[in-house]
Amino acid sequence: MLRAAHQTRPWRATRVLDRYGVSSITELATRFSPGDLLVLNDAATVPASLHGQVAGRSVELRLVPAIGAPFSSARKAVLFGAGDWRQDTDTREPPPALAIGDRIRIADVSIEVLQIDSRSPRLVTLRFPFEGDSFAAFLYREARVVQYQHLTSALALEDVQTPYGGPAWSVEMPSTGRPITFEVLDQIRARGAKVAWLTHAAGLSATGDPALDQMLPFPERYLVRKETVRAIRSARRVIAVGTTSARALEAAQDAIRTGPASTIEGVARNKIGPSTPLAIVDAILTGVHSPGESHYELLGAFVNEEELARMHRVAEESGLRAHEFGDLMLVARERPTRPTLARPRRRSP
Amino acid sequence: MNFDNNLRALVTGGTRGLGQALVQQLRERGVTTVSLARTADVDDPLFLAADVGRDDAAGIAARARELAGGPIDILIHNASTLGPVPMPALADLHSRDLAHVFEVNTLGPARLTRALLGPMRAQGRGLILAISSDAAVHGYAGWGAYGASKAALDSLTRSLAAELEGTGVAVASVDPTEMNTKMHRDALPDVDPGTLASPSDIASRILTRVQRTPLPLRFVAEAV
Repeated sequence: MLRAAHQTRPWRATRVLDRYGVSSITELATRFSPGDLLVLNDAATVPASLHGQVAGRSVELRLVPAIGAPFSSARKAVLFGAGDWRQDTDTREPPPALAIGDRIRIADVSIEVLQIDSRSPRLVTLRFPFEGDSFAAFLYREARVVQYQHLTSALALEDVQTPYGGPAWSVEMPSTGRPITFEVLDQIRARGAKVAWLTHAAGLSATGDPALDQMLPFPERYLVRKETVRAIRSARRVIAVGTTSARALEAAQDAIRTGPASTIEGVARNKIGPSTPLAIVDAILTGVHSPGESHYELLGAFVNEEELARMHRVAEESGLRAHEFGDLMLVARERPTRPTLARPRRRSP
Repeated sequence: MNFDNNLRALVTGGTRGLGQALVQQLRERGVTTVSLARTADVDDPLFLAADVGRDDAAGIAARARELAGGPIDILIHNASTLGPVPMPALADLHSRDLAHVFEVNTLGPARLTRALLGPMRAQGRGLILAISSDAAVHGYAGWGAYGASKAALDSLTRSLAAELEGTGVAVASVDPTEMNTKMHRDALPDVDPGTLASPSDIASRILTRVQRTPLPLRFVAEAV
């Protein structure tokens, strides 16, 4: 069994497993060469957990990332019952049953339940009484960061930002990027590899409801800037930093391959698994995942089951840490077997 | 950095005095400029109500970016507090007031710099300007807390400049000299305002200077 990281760690403590073994994050750059392009998710993380009262009972709301403007008044959320992040989400008390029109009270604000999802009563659409900057100001004042049960202390907003984060789209940190500091990026660029950014609204990692967990990841908004589209077209190998970056790149594959070199915006509805043909991404840098997790399934798109199991064994034997604030894995396809691309693409011999 | 309409700025303390003049003149030069202050009601679509000394910097950074419609390229740390007025001697200054002056004038700006620096580095472009004071360099009775907080801000600016060399992000601090502002009247009510420079004149000198290279680590607005 892999052990989870139990606290935030300095980025230099991060280790990276690839097919050759385990090394330090400070040696990550040596894995890249000219022609390689790393694509990172620059979404910043908003505080997305709100505690309120409804009909005399406590409820926690965890906001789902917005599909449209990040601070519009109608917003989806997953409900959790009384309790806090120190309990496993799967064993938390269920939330109170809500009806359309019910009002949840948070501080002095009343939030209306607009819709309840047919697949789970925990997934609701809410209407907040403000939007734009007043909604943002409310969230930054009243909400807390979504917490992780595997950690021993609560996270502050600053703990869940990547070094380069900008647009406040994510409700949980795109965590692979946390140890990818500008020092690491400069080392990568010094090797002749390139880096580029996209924005993808990283969503909730757990809902406490098996029916909803099955639906993860939810549809999530992404934006690939035109400089990044151009960089991808001239790259020999594309390395996605984080599963959200991989998801966005594969969701945008048609526009990346054939469209004009302009900024691409869309909503990712794809789920990557062992049978998914990859059109853009050749390798992925991600956390250390275990069999049974959806992120482990995703890695099956890059390498076969035996290789994945072998890497997992090495991760266990080396004592790598799983989950957010843990260590990383670099998983590369043996040999790109992509379909013919419209873009010119040189192959390494 | 040459100002044009592809740039976005955030000016703290943007509703009065030098800050207001900087906001107005940046906008005149085409820069999309968010004005931040604690005041609740300001008739300005690019106004951000926040307290630099208290609110989470990641939140301020995210809200500023959202209001500006893109990454912030220019950050001007203009908001500051004198602490209690009339300004007490250090022997009479409550430690709580000393801490508050540092929260607003030094620690808040340091946090905000950190929160906005990543996207500037990713773009390889940015300007961070700290409004300092003559009191950061010279000792004046009553100016202990303010002067120390500005000296610390200057020091942070120097280290940051060393760390950001070659990244495309420029860092400097400026002593704006004495101006006819509310802060000046609070500090020195007996000075004849007619003898003081206007904030708009100083803002214009500062903005002219920061567009020229090389940008010194610290400069005096009067000497531009």
